[in-house]
Parts: sequence; structure tokens; C-alpha cells
Amino acid sequence: MSTQTEQHAPQGREPLDVHDPRLSRFDIVTEGARRDDIEIVHYEEQVVPGSKAERRLTRTVAAMFLLTGLAATAFLVVYIWWPWEYEPGRGGDKWYTPLLGLTLGVALLGIGFGILTWGKKLLPKEVSIQDRHDGPGSAEDRKITGETMLYLADEMGVRRRPLLGVSLVAGLLPVGAVAAAPLVGGLISNPHKNNQMFTTGFAPADGKKIRLVREDGRPIRPADVSTGGQLTVFPGIEHGVSNKHADSPTLLIHLRESDAEKSRQANSRVGHGDYMWGNYAAYSKICTHAGCPASLYEQQTNRLLCPCHQSQFLITDNARPVFGPASRRLPQLPIEVDEEGFFVAKSDYTETVGPDFWERP
Amino acid sequence: MKRRKFDVAAVPGKAAGGVDDRFQVATPLRKLLNKVFPDHWSFLLGEIALFSFVVLLLTGVFLTFFYEPAMTEVVYNGSYAPLRGTPMSAAYASSLDISFDVRGGLIMRQMHHWSALLFMAAIVVHMMRVFFTGAFRKPRETNWIIGSLLFWVGFLAGFSGYSLPDDGLSGTGLRIASGIMLSIPVVGSWVTSSIFGGEFPGEIIISRFFIAHVLLIPGLLVALISAHLGLVFKQKHTQWPGPGRTNDNVVGERMFPRYALKQGGFFMVVFGVIALMGGLFQINPIWYFGPYEAWVVSAASQPDWYVMFLDGSTRLMPAWEINIPIGNGYVIPPLFWPTVVLPGILVGLSTLYPFVEARQLKDYRHHNLLQRPRDVPARTAVGAMAVAFYIVLTLSGANDVIADKFHISLNAMTWAGRIGLLIVPPLAYYVTYRICLGLQQHDREVLAHGVETGIIRRLPDGRFEEVHQPLSAGDGHGHGELDYVGWVVPKKMNRLGALGPAIRGFFYPIEKPVEAPVSPGHPPVEPRPEREEIGSGDSRR
Repeated sequence: MSTQTEQHAPQGREPLDVHDPRLSRFDIVTEGARRDDIEIVHYEEQVVPGSKAERRLTRTVAAMFLLTGLAATAFLVVYIWWPWEYEPGRGGDKWYTPLLGLTLGVALLGIGFGILTWGKKLLPKEVSIQDRHDGPGSAEDRKITGETMLYLADEMGVRRRPLLGVSLVAGLLPVGAVAAAPLVGGLISNPHKNNQMFTTGFAPADGKKIRLVREDGRPIRPADVSTGGQLTVFPGIEHGVSNKHADSPTLLIHLRESDAEKSRQANSRVGHGDYMWGNYAAYSKICTHAGCPASLYEQQTNRLLCPCHQSQFLITDNARPVFGPASRRLPQLPIEVDEEGFFVAKSDYTETVGPDFWERP
Repeated sequence: MKRRKFDVAAVPGKAAGGVDDRFQVATPLRKLLNKVFPDHWSFLLGEIALFSFVVLLLTGVFLTFFYEPAMTEVVYNGSYAPLRGTPMSAAYASSLDISFDVRGGLIMRQMHHWSALLFMAAIVVHMMRVFFTGAFRKPRETNWIIGSLLFWVGFLAGFSGYSLPDDGLSGTGLRIASGIMLSIPVVGSWVTSSIFGGEFPGEIIISRFFIAHVLLIPGLLVALISAHLGLVFKQKHTQWPGPGRTNDNVVGERMFPRYALKQGGFFMVVFGVIALMGGLFQINPIWYFGPYEAWVVSAASQPDWYVMFLDGSTRLMPAWEINIPIGNGYVIPPLFWPTVVLPGILVGLSTLYPFVEARQLKDYRHHNLLQRPRDVPARTAVGAMAVAFYIVLTLSGANDVIADKFHISLNAMTWAGRIGLLIVPPLAYYVTYRICLGLQQHDREVLAHGVETGIIRRLPDGRFEEVHQPLSAGDGHGHGELDYVGWVVPKKMNRLGALGPAIRGFFYPIEKPVEAPVSPGHPPVEPRPEREEIGSGDSRR
């Protein structure tokens, strides 16, 4: 067992002549380390060369590398020949990704643990001490660098010729703005174009009232929604049922008689007395908090819950927020039934739909 | 003509000479080969982040070959039958294709997602290690700031990538993000409209997120990570105190070969674990969520874990709306505080902490030695407070799931979170502080009286007392004179080499010679002579 343990060498020793043929390779390594202010204070073989332990470790590492080869080959076999195309049901293709992961993982872990074992168990252990040298630069160097930089300023002569400095700043500031302008100018987009933040798909077009339609585009008769039931409805316009009108989805609710009475009273308190049609009320589905669809309607309590942040709105009280982070009630859509017997919106929403923002009136 | 002999053995030497003639590498290379690194398991946490980032780059490049960053409406016609004929964005359709119609695409997608989660987790745990051990102190404040920026840039990388598949779940996340931008006072609507190119969702956001996710943010991450590593290299790693270790040296191993080998092996292990996770554990099965439709959402819509604390803070925020009655009236919605102000405060607090602490302690010296968390109770307790705050928020981000699984009222969960957010952190501060003091005291006790041996002695007068093994010669009354040096105090007899380690070996016992208490830098005590392996008799031939 070769164990070299030595004490800290005194500073300022003579450098070794590395061309001396009597020096071993390790001597030269030690000398090199010393020149980088490193003292190898402890260096110890972990396994006796030729020992049983060494042979066992070598076999272990080799086995891990061979396992890697095996797993990598298995990966390729699976990748090429295993059926991978999706089929409904419980086909073999469901095993494709797990098998790839398993074989790739084992292959990589094999190399990983092989190298780790090699490094940790077979290589000599050492303790080296290196000087940190993290103090400040020498006072002299600081002085020299500082003076050099100040001299640069002197050479430029900005202090003597102040006009240069002023004109440079005055000239460069607009250049900086030029760099930023195309980016900002290109991106900027007026949020109030076409009054888009305050209108939805239900705004009457050419004086014609917009129908409420289902997801498949069919209009809705009152009889289509059973008592206590609710239906997500959309404006009956082109692209009305799409993300192009992300603010328009509305919940049409058929309230029970007693709840409808409560609702009507609450409505008239805020001047929405004629917003309901019979026992039917329509509220925006877009939560006034962060814009998720508030879609979980609890029939018994008439509460509408938004699953994103759990704001709860009491439908029988103008969809007032009763719990959670939302601070504003859901806007109500005034509805009626047209001469053909289908639901239409009397007008657009009279309040702003969707999450709150600064200039919302 | 005489042919010159070609000396194969001299080729490497000659080539190396040639390289050095041209580039003068011998000296810098020697310095690199020789550089000493201290070693401790906790120093590996940051490397998990680094290695997952490498996996992210590799798998991410693969994904870009097949992903189409467009919101053009297409009708899905791929292999996944349940969605065939559904109109959806090209982005979602191509994400489905990666999952079903690209050979090996699903495992790449899942590995990408898992390594992103691992990246963020490793950053957080690494940050905790740096904080609790005081590794952020002078001269490393800059690297601490870069590190905390890396968390937030990683957060943006994660969120932008999460949004790209444009499925039902991520679209809802994007909707909330637009709500958050809208909530910013004065400029909110302009910011949102400019980023989304009009009203939500517009038709451009996916392409913009794509270029941010594959170019801008990774570029920033690469730059920050390079600076981070460069500074670690330049300033040299911190080390734990111990024999031979001072503020002015680094005690450890030279970079090559052992340290580098261990790093390489560890990278492969991290890579392998990600591969296993990517193959075996399903993540983000976008085909179940369907395309994003503004009117569809389901309960238990949780974001990735590192976003959950913001989700939680949003859920806990009371509905406090500030109205400013000027003109038509202006509003600061409640959404603004937990999602814009809170992260701002967190960034400020974390980046400023090193300077605040230095000012508080009037300590402006260089610190290259780490501190055990117990030795700085105030800092450890502040850290515990931050962790408690974060955990309450993260749990609240899943409070609907918790309420559902444990049959608790959802409103009760929200109130528990609100109250917990105020009470738990101070409690964590107090408890941590007391634990630190207790641990300190026990260290001093052992240094003064010795290690508990577990041997009970009966005195002539009938009393019982435990025999203590003093750690030093002492003053004759069983009291040692050892000073606490900021490192582990042995508290069990086998840490003193008195007892052999537990029997090792899987099929047959292997008895190993006792090792001295491990403390690199301290020459070990003379090892016991090698002994033959002792078999258990009949179990071996």
C-alpha cells in the first residue's frame, strides 16, 4: 500500500528540476501541484493492486458497463421492432414508452454507477490543500489600475472639453430610443380598439338581437333547459363558439320558482329588473377574478364555483361573490325569447366581462 | 532510399507539443488539472440542476423538430382516435403528433417535462443549502443574486413551455396569466393587449411564447448559468470547517481524475433517473385535456409544482378591491397583490438578504468556511420561516384537491391557509430557533462531558449513572477542554472507532476494518491490519 503523508512544506522552497531522470511521475505531479500552491498532504491507494478486493471491484465495474451495453441494445431493439403506433385499447403499444424509459434509464445508470464506482473505489484517495488567494489585489496594482483608468479619462479630455460629453449624451440617448422603438412600436397594440374590452359577441349587429346558441350552434328554446338545470351558451354569430370570442361564453340557468323569485327581487334592486326571462337567467361564465370559466354550478345552494381559485358566486343574489378572491359579481346578460321562440340577448352585457383591470368603469 | 522509422509511441507527445507551440496551453491546463475542489454531498444539489438543464436542452431540441408553434385552426386527423375530427390549434395537434405519431416522441416530451420539474426542484433545494450554510456571504453575494434570478428565469422557462401544447389545462393557465397582466395598475390592459396581440387569446401568443421558450429564455439561462459556474470557479468553492481547513485554503481533491470522474458518473445517474421517470411515469397527458376552449375547465386544475405557490397565494387573497374615484373610476383588482406584488417582494427580499445580514451583523469580512445551520439560529429560523411560508402557499395551491380527498370543506381549507400563512411562519421561526439552541447545547455538552456510552453503572450508594467517554484527556473531573470548531461533534461511540460498523454484505457478511472518523485533511489513524473475510460457515463452499 503506497501511502504518502507529509507535512506542509515550508514556503519558498527551491523548485524541483523536473528533468531530473531520478524523479518518478508522481514526484513531477506533486511538483506541478506545488507550483499551483497545492500541497498533496495525503495520497492513498484504496485497494491493494492485485488483491481480491481489486479484482472484485474491477468485475463490478465491468459488469455495470456490460449491463449498459445490454440495456442500450435492448433500447434499440425495442425502438425499432416494438409496435409503437397508437391503437385504442390495451395494445402492446402502451408498453413502448415505458420500455424505452426502462432500457435507456438502466443503460445510463449502468454507465453512471460504473464510473462512480471506478472513481470512488478504485482510484487513490487524496487530500490536497490549495491556497485560496482571494484577498484583494495588491495595493500597488489597485493604484496602478485606478490611475490608468483616470488617465484614460484625462486623455479623452472630457473634463476640458465638456461640449464633447454633453453632445455625446445628447446624441446617443435618441439612438438608444431608436433601438427600443421598433420593438415597442411593433408590439404595442391598443386594448381599446373597437371597444373590444367592453363588448362581447352578444352586442346586437345591425340592430338585430343575437341568439343564444349551444356549443353545436343550435338555438335554444326555453323547454330545452329543465328546471334547476343550466347550459353553456354562446352568441349565435360566426365564430361565436370559439376562442375568438373568449369573453362571450355564458351560463343559461333555469331557476326553480322560489329561487327565481329571489333572483328577480335581487335584480330589481340593482336596476336589472327585466334581465331575466321567466325563471331563466344568464350570467357570464368568465370569472371576474382571473378569467377562468366559472363552471361548477351547485343546484341546491345556487352557487357557482370557479375551479381555478374557488371564487363562489351566489346566483340568486345577482351572482355576487360570496367567497374567495373574486371581488366583482358576474355580469348578467339581459335575455328574452324572440317571435320564433328562441332565446336572444336583449342587448350586450351592461357590465364589463372578464378579469378586472385599471380603467374598468 | 532509407525510410524514416515511424515512432507510434511518440505521437501523443509530439501532437501535444505541437498544440502547445501554437496555443500555449501547458500552464493553464496544469492549473485546471490541479484545481482543488472540496467535497460534500450537499455540494451536488446544484449540479442536479445543471445536469437536468443539459437534458432539457437535448430533449428540447428534439421537440422543436416536430412542434408547430401556430394557432391556426386545424382538424385533428392523427392516430389518437378519441380526438379525431376535433378542431384545434396546430400547436395542440402537433403536440399530439409528438405524443402519438412520432416514434419515441412521447418519451422525449415526458423526459423534457420531468427534467424541467427536476431543474426547478434542484434549484430550490440548492438555494436552501446555500442559504442555511451561509455560503452566500461575502465574497459570493453576486452569485447568490444570479442564483435567485435563475429561479425566476427558470420559472418563466417552465411556464412558457407549459403553455406551448395549447391544451385545455395550459390554456387555462395562460388565461390566468393574461388576467394577472391585466391587473397591473395603469398599464395592465396595454401590456396584455401588446403581448397577446389584441384581446385574449388572439392568434399570436403561442408563436411568441415559442421563440421566448426556445431562444430568448434559454439564452438568458445559458448566460446566467455560465456566469454562475464561472464565479464558482473563480472564487473557489466554499468548504465546511474541519481539521486543516481555514478561510484561506481549499481542502479536497484535485479536479482530475477522481473528482471529474465522479461528476461524469453523477451526470449519467441524473440523466438515467430522468430517462426512467420519462418512460415510466406519465406526466401532463395532454390528450385527456382536449384543446383549449375558453368555456371548459375541470376541477383540480393544478399548474406545475413551482407555480403552485402563486396559485395558492391567489386563492388565499381576500377579495379586497381598491377603487379610486377619479373620473369614471379606476380599480386595483385583488389579483394584483398575490401575483405581481408578492413575487416582486420575494425577488427583492432574496436578492437583498446577503447585504441585510452583513449590515445587521456588521460583518464585512470574506467567508469561505460554511456554517452549520445550528450555529446561526437567527438565519436558520428566518430560512425556516420562508420555507413554511412557501409550503403553506404551495399546499393552498392544491387546497381543492386536499379538500376533496380528505372530505374537508373547501372554504375551511381556504381559511386554514389564510390563517396558517400568518401563524405558521412565526411558529416555524420560534421552533427552529429553539431546536438550533438545543443542538448547540448538546454539542457543548458532549465536548465537555464526553459521548454517552449507553453503559449504566451502579454506584456503591445505589445510584445509577451513565458512563461518558470523554473526548479529551480532561481535567480529572471528567470535564474536557475542547472548543467547538463549527463541525460535527461525534456523539456515538462508533464515531470514535470504538465499535465496528454494522455487518455489511448481501449474501455473506463482510467485515471491514474500522475506519477512523472521517475528516478529510486529517491523516487517518493507522488502519487495522487486513483480515480475511469471515464466512458464515455453511453458506459458502
